[in-house]
Amino acid sequence: MHRHIISVLLENEAGALSRVAGLFSARGYNIEAMTVAPTHEASVSRMTILTQGSEEIMEQVLKQLNKLVEVIRVHDLSEGPHIERELMLIKVHAVGSDREEVKRLADIFRGRIIDVTDRSYTIELTGTGEKLDAFLHALDPGMVIEVVRSGASAISRGAKSI
Amino acid sequence: MSAPTQTRERTSSSTETEELTGAEIVVRALRDEGVETVFGYPGGAVLYIYDELDKQEAVQHVLVRHEQAAVHAADAYSRSTGKVGVALVTSGPGATNAVTGIATAYMDSIPLVVITGQVPVALIGNDAFQEVDTVGITRPCTKHNFLVRDVNELAQTIKTAFYLAASGRPGPVLIDIPKDVTAKRCRYEYPEKVQLRSYKPTVKGHSGQLRKALQLIANAERPLFYTGGGIILSDSAAELTQLVRRCDAPITNTLMGLGGYPASDRQFLGMLGMHGTYEANMAVQHCDVLVALGARFDDRVTGNLSHFAPHAKIIHVDVDPASISKNVKVDVPVVGDLCSVLREMNELAEEMGIGDGSLERWWAQIEEWRQRDCLHYTQTDTIIKPQYVVQKLFELTAGNAIVTSDVGQHQMWAAQFYGFDRPRRWINSGGLGTMGFGLPAAMGAQMAEPQSTVVCVTGEGSIQMNIQELSTCQQYKLPIKVACLNNGYLGMVRQWQEFFYEERYASSYMDALPDFVKLAEAYGHIGLRAEKPADVEPVIREALRLKDRMVFMDFLVDRTENVYPMVPAGAALSDMILV
Repeated sequence: MHRHIISVLLENEAGALSRVAGLFSARGYNIEAMTVAPTHEASVSRMTILTQGSEEIMEQVLKQLNKLVEVIRVHDLSEGPHIERELMLIKVHAVGSDREEVKRLADIFRGRIIDVTDRSYTIELTGTGEKLDAFLHALDPGMVIEVVRSGASAISRGAKSI
Repeated sequence: MSAPTQTRERTSSSTETEELTGAEIVVRALRDEGVETVFGYPGGAVLYIYDELDKQEAVQHVLVRHEQAAVHAADAYSRSTGKVGVALVTSGPGATNAVTGIATAYMDSIPLVVITGQVPVALIGNDAFQEVDTVGITRPCTKHNFLVRDVNELAQTIKTAFYLAASGRPGPVLIDIPKDVTAKRCRYEYPEKVQLRSYKPTVKGHSGQLRKALQLIANAERPLFYTGGGIILSDSAAELTQLVRRCDAPITNTLMGLGGYPASDRQFLGMLGMHGTYEANMAVQHCDVLVALGARFDDRVTGNLSHFAPHAKIIHVDVDPASISKNVKVDVPVVGDLCSVLREMNELAEEMGIGDGSLERWWAQIEEWRQRDCLHYTQTDTIIKPQYVVQKLFELTAGNAIVTSDVGQHQMWAAQFYGFDRPRRWINSGGLGTMGFGLPAAMGAQMAEPQSTVVCVTGEGSIQMNIQELSTCQQYKLPIKVACLNNGYLGMVRQWQEFFYEERYASSYMDALPDFVKLAEAYGHIGLRAEKPADVEPVIREALRLKDRMVFMDFLVDRTENVYPMVPAGAALSDMILV
């Protein structure tokens, strides 16, 4: 079982997303995260899917995705060097001495405080999923009010497109 | 201001663009696509389309009695002709009733275009009367589907739907059309071709891989061809026969592949799999090279995967890359259209001088397995054996009938005892296993080939799942011959209960059966009954003599006969239960 990051270019049409999601649920493939948004070409969406599976299953996942009529290209980014980023917004209790502590921690992780009240901070943090996990672990669990994560987006290294 | 009174002269050429309503566009596009027959059932959302259908004669509409039957009939029309089948149903229940038919076609890769009506665009999502999310419901059982929100997209969508249905790995494509779209007008021009950047099926196989495959076949001591529905769908039976004869190798067909190679030929071993012949299954387990063409290693074919063809290098040719190495790891994969691939293989085989190898020892072994006579049964003069009925049907129709079947024991007996020498003569629901398929399928085949003898081999369980279609047969004077192997049980369920559920026959007994002879007569047909073996031949002869009438033959057969051989689910192919 390996973790794979799959990039899918697909027609930006109603129903295309549910075709991909439906394929994963119908065939019992695992999805850890899935993001989708239009690209620089308005008619094309790009989807990043985080999944796990044996080599045989991954081969099927890629083939089945390719078979969808609206899918233009499928690429397993984990096969080569790539960059992965995820955005996390996290709201934490911040009163008294905690305010300074949380701010320092956010600085260490290169996060930014983007909203402040007298009792809370909202922090924006980008990085790999691992880094976001590490930040969450570094916080006292009692402090966390709310977390929202975007799911990973990823792109290959180098000058070429997928 | 006075309006011009003279009528403008209209050109009939379809190259001239003209303003048409959505409904007119649907009908014109079907005509431009060469569609002659549409199977359907009207309803509120498709009334404009029906109105237009009624105004012309190029496209004939066949009114069924249930939407499921419309799709099965269109499906069988396609299976018997190779053309794309077309069904037309209304929104809501019309669409949901069609789903079983669509899923049936999807599992067997049958090219269909299914047009469903939908509530007007403004009402979509409002839980309107007869509204259902048709594209949502059918997404997992269609090759692709469309909801057409704009009449300007209608013609292109229909063109694309036909192209998608028939190309690559074929399959059903659904077009959902809101009622208001069928009333709106736009200029009509039927597109010449389809360009899809995201869909480009592979046709030509990789030549290097084909050479490798042929080299394996040439060096094999125990080669075996295993071919499926792909041979039928790609119309490559002739090319296959040429290659198999050249190689002098044995060949077995899947349930879907029957007729892809002449059943009467010495090299044919019969069907393989759960109810395959002893010689076919043993050959799979002992071959050293297995050539899988247009087959997908279905669980009913392979039995226990970890014991399947344990000594074989596997060559697999399929138009669908996702079918390759899905269930079984393949040594030589080839993606391509079988017709193109087989033509190239035949040329290469000639060039490489393949076919002079001696397979005498392999054939001696196979002949020994054949001696087992695994399909043997004994017909006494008291109880009709179901196998005997199929055998007599085969003899008396000289093997020339189109045979449709439902699902269960009778289906297996039809597959085992009716030898198909030609493709597109055997029409059954292999993948989904849909009871109720047989009679509407016979209608579709009979509409496609009015001159052919069409026999529906069925059981008293299956036939009742779409028995209402006897009425359609009457309306269109379809002279179908129904051969009902009536054993009073859901026979295949009963067989499994006998073997694997300690003879507890839960709900497999059918009490209160109708009198099928009277039922047939009530629908205006002819009913005949055979109660003892001596009746079988005269009943079939009489039915065939009544060329222009539909005849329902009710054969009261041995109630507890089983289908043999049988590989229990999950067992290796060599672990067969034999007679």
